Amino acid sequence: MDTLTLMFLLIATITIAGSLITLWSKYVVHSVFGLMLALLGVAGFYVLLGADFLAVTQIVVYVGGVLVLYLFGIMLTPPDRAERNVKLIVFCSLPAVAGAMYLIGSARAMEGKWLPGKELPPPPGKHLIHQVGHSFLDKDQYLLAFELASVLLLVVLVGAVYIARRRWEASE
Amino acid sequence: MNCLSSLLSPLFSMGPAMSLSTDLPLSLQEAASGAQHVPTEWLMILAALLFALGTLGFLIRRNLIIVFMSIELMLNATNLTFLAAARDRNLDPNGQVYAIIVIALAAVEVAVGLALLISLFRLKVGIDVEDAQELKG
Repeated sequence: MDTLTLMFLLIATITIAGSLITLWSKYVVHSVFGLMLALLGVAGFYVLLGADFLAVTQIVVYVGGVLVLYLFGIMLTPPDRAERNVKLIVFCSLPAVAGAMYLIGSARAMEGKWLPGKELPPPPGKHLIHQVGHSFLDKDQYLLAFELASVLLLVVLVGAVYIARRRWEASE
Repeated sequence: MNCLSSLLSPLFSMGPAMSLSTDLPLSLQEAASGAQHVPTEWLMILAALLFALGTLGFLIRRNLIIVFMSIELMLNATNLTFLAAARDRNLDPNGQVYAIIVIALAAVEVAVGLALLISLFRLKVGIDVEDAQELKG
């Protein structure tokens, strides 16, 4: 067993354990820290897949931003009653079906039906992140998606503040 | 004043030297595109497992915060699939582009979701999924 396989198994264990803690823990704060483990594991996979910029983005955005948002959400809401709805057998079998369908769909896509052929993209001479940046700011590729995402972030920021504001007229 | 500007001038005159060099270290990337790497099938199976776990959490938990966290898990599984496919396609940059857009959308979803949750808590003093039944037909 070489080092890479060992790394894969280690990170996979961290990720799966973190997600199990997330969905099975009695306390919501424990769930948040389990989610942190899972997200750090996914960042490790990004490094393993050569996407180092994305790994850093994952850590900065998720672990630095989203998890803090979750912690504030927990502080502003009552403690959980730790209810888990496992009585229905459907609830336990549906995720297996969903995972199997996900696997089949991604495997079908990998066969090359919906993706360009394996030999199409040339081996990257420049650093990959340069190519990513160029395709984000190229008007023939993803410039529209990039600008729409920025507008969406602004709209959501304003909308979230509006939704979560204190309604003075209702409280008085 | 003159002394200060002469002190600071090296900082501002470094224009061409400080511009982003095009020869960043390629070591990680070469390691990922090299002959020896983790099989893509393993990553696909792991992503599917993560997706299934997210679905399970979405279904069995009643707390809305944990429901949102399960959605995050599913989105991360999708990102993992994108990047595994991109690695399989000779490090296609499109995989990273999609993954970055998915991360932005996930952040947006969390912001709106938690704002709704706080609003629901003010209205109902509870964040159980059973508390949000006003729109049920």
